[in-house]
Amino acid sequence: MTIAGLYNYWIVILLMMTGFYVVISSGNLVKKIIGLNLFQASVFILYISIGKIANGHVPILQDGVSHYSNPLPHVLILTAIVVGVSTTALGLALVVRIRESYGSVEEEEIHRQDESL
Amino acid sequence: MIDNPVLRIIAKIIIPMILLFALYVQFHGDFGPGGGFQAGVIFAAGFILYGLVFGTESLRSAVPPAVLRLLIAVGLALFAGVGVITMLAGSDYLAYNALSEDPIAGQHLGILVVEFGVGVTVSAVMITIFLAFAGRNDP
Amino acid sequence: MLIEAVNIVLLALLAATAIAAVRLHDLFAVAMMFGIYSLLAAVMFVLLDALDVAFTEAAVGVGISTVLMLATIGLVGRHELPSTHRSLLPLAVVVATGAALIYGTLDMPFFGDPGAPVHQHVAPYYISQSPHQTGLPNVVTSVLASYRGYDTLGELAVIFTAGVGVLALLGLRRRKRPGKHRTAQ
Repeated sequence: MTIAGLYNYWIVILLMMTGFYVVISSGNLVKKIIGLNLFQASVFILYISIGKIANGHVPILQDGVSHYSNPLPHVLILTAIVVGVSTTALGLALVVRIRESYGSVEEEEIHRQDESL
Repeated sequence: MIDNPVLRIIAKIIIPMILLFALYVQFHGDFGPGGGFQAGVIFAAGFILYGLVFGTESLRSAVPPAVLRLLIAVGLALFAGVGVITMLAGSDYLAYNALSEDPIAGQHLGILVVEFGVGVTVSAVMITIFLAFAGRNDP
Repeated sequence: MLIEAVNIVLLALLAATAIAAVRLHDLFAVAMMFGIYSLLAAVMFVLLDALDVAFTEAAVGVGISTVLMLATIGLVGRHELPSTHRSLLPLAVVVATGAALIYGTLDMPFFGDPGAPVHQHVAPYYISQSPHQTGLPNVVTSVLASYRGYDTLGELAVIFTAGVGVLALLGLRRRKRPGKHRTAQ
């Protein structure tokens, strides 16, 4: 259980980094936001992984069950998901407005137009 | 989209079930898995499906934008208002024990109302956001 | 053992979906990949005992987020231009960050360890006291609404603000502004 114990975290870090890579390497604003969402979803998985207890049970109390997984990360992530979609919507709304005034959502094109002013 | 009979009929069957399930998740959240956030997004998903299949114009007449804008504020005000009521009852902000003689009953009532407020705001915000995006595309 | 096997398969599928999302340039496909990713994440949450979170992720990630992304793509166009400068810098930054994070995990308690510090602090108190103090069997609900009610009020205020922000940016009513040029997709 030495390497296997950390395997989950490593894959989650790989997922986080793919999201991060999309954010910094892509020039398209929509793809950047999708990358940000990938990153965010991976962080959610990391938190929930930390809250898991081996042979634990869903934190809904029942008779005859004594091991429950940690409910606190669940609460934090539950609200974070809904907050996340609201802020994503705000970002996408900004992208739509940028497209309407620049005619493009490519970062380079937007820079070029800004410099030519 | 409305021309496709499969989509239209499946949506007609499935949307009431989604909404009913959302209500179950909302009010059974104290005992099973569920709560205001989950119910709010499921409820909104039902309406968004309606908007996708039958067009945003039908969705807009089913839930008028003015009502949605009101509900966004009402949900948050309900949550914050429970805190004010507990303060008026002589306790701390959001200390639900003060809502009833029996602390457990007070907690039950407080959590139910607060979760309902969460559900109202979350679903209204989600439907509003969808309408704002989808309405942009209309000619 | 079955759970470990499902866990490994799910993580591999998540990684495959994420990498596919990086490599695709059709934004429609990328948004669909994100939907699949969210669905897999929701299954992962069920596996990790987080039913409430799985609910939310399934409805939000697969449903609402993906629909919003598709709506945006419908408004702004679905093809990403290939980047003109394909530098190795982003890859280097990502690899360095990932290596630092993996180095950080070496000190972390193992996955599923019941003795981890995170399980020693407030969680046992919530689990043991929730039935007596709030009378609710679902600890997630009692922590969300009662023990951490202030937190939740704040989160709700954030959602409210984001909703108002989207309304301010896009507006609910269609306003037919004269002279407004809208390019057809």
